[in-house]
Amino acid sequence: MSNCPRLDLHIPEPASRPGEQSVLGVLVLPEAGETRRPDTLAPEPELRDLPFGLIRVLDDAGRAVGPWQPSISPDRLRHGLRAMMLTRAFDERLFRAHRQGKTSFYMKSTGEEAIGAAQSMVLGRGDMCFPTYRVMSWLHARDYPVTEMVNQIFSNAKDPLKGRQLPILYSARDYGFYSLSGNVGSRFGHAVGWAMASAYKNDDKIALAYIGEGTTAEGDFHEALTFASVYHAPCILCVTNNQWAISSFSGIAGGDETTFAAKAIAYGLPGLRVDGNDFLAVWAATEWAAERARANKGATLIELYTYRAGGHSTSDDPTKYRPADEAETWPLGDPVERLKQHLIGLGEWDEERHAALAEELDQQVRAAVKEAEAVGTLGKSKPPVSEMFEGVFKEPDWRVIEQRRELGV
Amino acid sequence: MPTMNMIQALNSALDVKLGDDPDTLIFGEDVGYFGGVFRVTDGLQKKHGLKRCFDAPISEGGIIASAIGMGAYGLRPIAEIQFADYILPAFDQLVSEAARLRYRSNGEFWAPITVRSPYGGGIFGGQTHSQSPEAIFAHITGLKTVIPSTPYDAKGLLIAAIEDDDPVIVLEPKRLYNGPFDGRHDQTLRTWAGLPEAEVPEGHYTVPLGKAAVVREGGDVTVLAYGTMVHVAKAGIEDAQVDAELIDLRSIVPLDIDTIVASVTKTGRCVILHEASRFGGFGGELSALAQERCFWALKSPVQRVAGWDTPYPHAFEWDYFPGPARLAAALQRAMED
Ligand SMILES: Cc1ncc(C[n+]2csc(CCOP(=O)(O)OP(=O)(O)O)c2C)c(N)n1
Repeated sequence: MSNCPRLDLHIPEPASRPGEQSVLGVLVLPEAGETRRPDTLAPEPELRDLPFGLIRVLDDAGRAVGPWQPSISPDRLRHGLRAMMLTRAFDERLFRAHRQGKTSFYMKSTGEEAIGAAQSMVLGRGDMCFPTYRVMSWLHARDYPVTEMVNQIFSNAKDPLKGRQLPILYSARDYGFYSLSGNVGSRFGHAVGWAMASAYKNDDKIALAYIGEGTTAEGDFHEALTFASVYHAPCILCVTNNQWAISSFSGIAGGDETTFAAKAIAYGLPGLRVDGNDFLAVWAATEWAAERARANKGATLIELYTYRAGGHSTSDDPTKYRPADEAETWPLGDPVERLKQHLIGLGEWDEERHAALAEELDQQVRAAVKEAEAVGTLGKSKPPVSEMFEGVFKEPDWRVIEQRRELGV
Repeated sequence: MPTMNMIQALNSALDVKLGDDPDTLIFGEDVGYFGGVFRVTDGLQKKHGLKRCFDAPISEGGIIASAIGMGAYGLRPIAEIQFADYILPAFDQLVSEAARLRYRSNGEFWAPITVRSPYGGGIFGGQTHSQSPEAIFAHITGLKTVIPSTPYDAKGLLIAAIEDDDPVIVLEPKRLYNGPFDGRHDQTLRTWAGLPEAEVPEGHYTVPLGKAAVVREGGDVTVLAYGTMVHVAKAGIEDAQVDAELIDLRSIVPLDIDTIVASVTKTGRCVILHEASRFGGFGGELSALAQERCFWALKSPVQRVAGWDTPYPHAFEWDYFPGPARLAAALQRAMED
C-alpha cells in the first residue's frame, strides 16, 4: 500500500430514521416567487440555473406571488381542487377495500394529487400522458368514470381491462392515459417515441411522461433523455421526487449529489424544479414546457418536488424506515389545503363549501364502490375465463386455441 | 434442530456467509435498512454493517453490472433483484457479460456472482410479479440456475451458489416463502412448521448444485418438477392414485441428467410439470432429453403440464396456475397409453 489515504466505500444514508426527529422541516428551499421565469423560447444555455431553484407560486398564506403566476379562472381552480379531493377520497376508500379483502393490492397518491390534476388540465385532449401508478388525479381531473376504476381494482366481470392487470394499472386511451406497466420506468422512452411520431407527422400533439425519482436510476430514464435531446422530441419528462422509493431515500438514486432537474443539463435540455404540492406552480411550469414543445423547441425535464405522505403500497409500512412524523414536517404542506386556502383568499371558496364537497365526493366514491361490489370483488366475480386467452395476438394462434380448448372454455 | 420457513433459511444462509467470508456483500433494491420487501435480508445490515448489506438504486442493469465488476475484482457479491420479472432490464449484463466473462478472457476474469430473486405466481401479483423466467436463463450457456423447493434446500443451495465461482441465479419460489403450497388455493394456508424439510441447521452446510432429489419413489411414471411445482406434484400424484416417482430437479443448470435418465428408464413414462408458459419452456428441453436418452424405454409420449401461453393474468391466476388436477389428468393420460 502507498501513503495515499485508503479508499472507503460510501453508502448514502438518510438524515433520520424511525425513532429520530425528522429533518425535513429544516430544508432550505427557495421562497415562493423567488425563482425567475425566462421566456419559453429562451435558449437552453441561458436556463442552467433553473434546476437548482424551485418554482413556487403559492406562499405560506396561500397567495399567488412571483413571475410564475398562471392565469387560471376560479372555475378551473375549483375543478382542480375537486379532482384532487376526489383522488384523496378514492384512495382512502379503496385502501380500506384492500384491508377488507376486496382486492389484492392498492397504491395511494396522498400528497401528490396536485401533479396529475394540474397537468391533466393543462394538456390537451389529443396529447398523451405516460403515467405512473401515482398520478390517478390525471383521470379524476378528466372525469373518468369512478365505477370503472373500481371495477378494474376488483378485477370483476366489468373490469375494463378484463382481469388481466394488477389493480390500478389502468389504461384509458380516450383520456390521454397510456397503459400502465408494472415495470417502473419502462414507458419513459415510449413517451419520447410517441412525441417523435407526432413531430414526424407534423401534428400538434405532445407527450408527457412520469418517472419516480428512484426510477431515474434505470437506464430507461437516460435513454429517453438522450432520444428526447437528439430528436428535439416535443415532450415533457417529469420526475416525481416524493423523497422515497419504497424504503430507499432519494440519496440512493443520487439525490444527495445534485437535483433531479439538473440531470437535464448534460442532455442540453431545460430542467425545471417545481414545488409539486403547489397546484399553481405545477400548472405554470407545465404550461411553460408545453408551449416550448409546441413551438418545436423540444423536451423539458421537470422535477416535481413533493412528498409521499402514505406508504408505498398496501404491502408497505413506512414507519419501519422513516420517522413517523416526517409527513407532518414536510415544509411544502398539503396540496389540497394549499389550493383550498388560495381559493378562499380569492373569495371564491369557503369552509362550508369545502366540507360539502368533501362529503359529496365521499358519497360519490361510496356509491361507485357499492356499484362495483354489486358486480363483485376480487375472486367473487371475474370476466369469462376465455378472456385469459384473448389479446395475446391480434388473431389467436394454434397454441392459444388448443389451450383454451384444453381448459374447456 | 431449528425449524425455519424459507425466508428464514435464506436469511440464515446469507448470515452464515457474511460471517465467514469478508469478501461477500449483499446489495439490491430495499435490502439494506429495511431488509428487503420479502424480509430475506432482515437484520443483516444491522448485524454486519452498512457496507456488507446495502440498498441499490432501482437499476437492475446497474446492479448486475456492478456485481460483475466486484466479482472481477475478487469479491463474492450477492445481488437481489426484487422480483424475477425485473431481471429483464439486466438481461444483457447476465447474458453477454456474466455468462461469458471467463470464456472470453481465457480465464483471466470471471464473475463469481450470485443473483437472488423471488419468482413465480400464486400471490395475485399480476403479470409483472408472477413470471417464471428460468427457461431463458437455461438457454444461455455460462449461467447456472438453482430453484429450491424447501427451506433446507434453499439454505444449502444458496450457500453453494455463493461459494461457486460461476454466476449463479437463485430463483426463490415466493409462494413457498412462508409454507408449502400444493395448488389448492381454496384451502387454508399451510406453514412449514413441523415439516422435516423445514429442519434447517444453524451453521454452514451446502446442497450441491446439479444434484436432483428423489422426493418420492415409484415404479410407473416419473414426474419432473422444481420449485412450487414439487408440492403441486405431490398433490396431483395423490389425486391420480398412481405409483409415480417424483424428482425435484433443484437446479436446472447444471442438470442432474443421470437421475432423470435412471428414473425414466425405470418407469418408462414421464410427465413434466412447471409453472412457466409451456411453449419454449424448460419442459421442452426435459422432454427432448427424455426422448433422446430413454426412447426405447418409453411406453407413452412424454407429457408437459405448464402455464398457458399468455401473460400471467391477475384475475385468472388459478386458471393459469397448473394445479394438481391438471397434473393428475396428465398422469392418467400417460398411464393409458
Ligand atoms: C423494473 C422494476 N424494478 C423494480 C420494481 C419494484 N418497484 C416497484 S415500485 C418501486 C419503487 C419506485 O420508486 P420511485 O420511482 O421513487 O416511485 P414512487 O413509488 O416513489 O412514486 C420498486 C423498486 C419494479 N416495479 N420495476
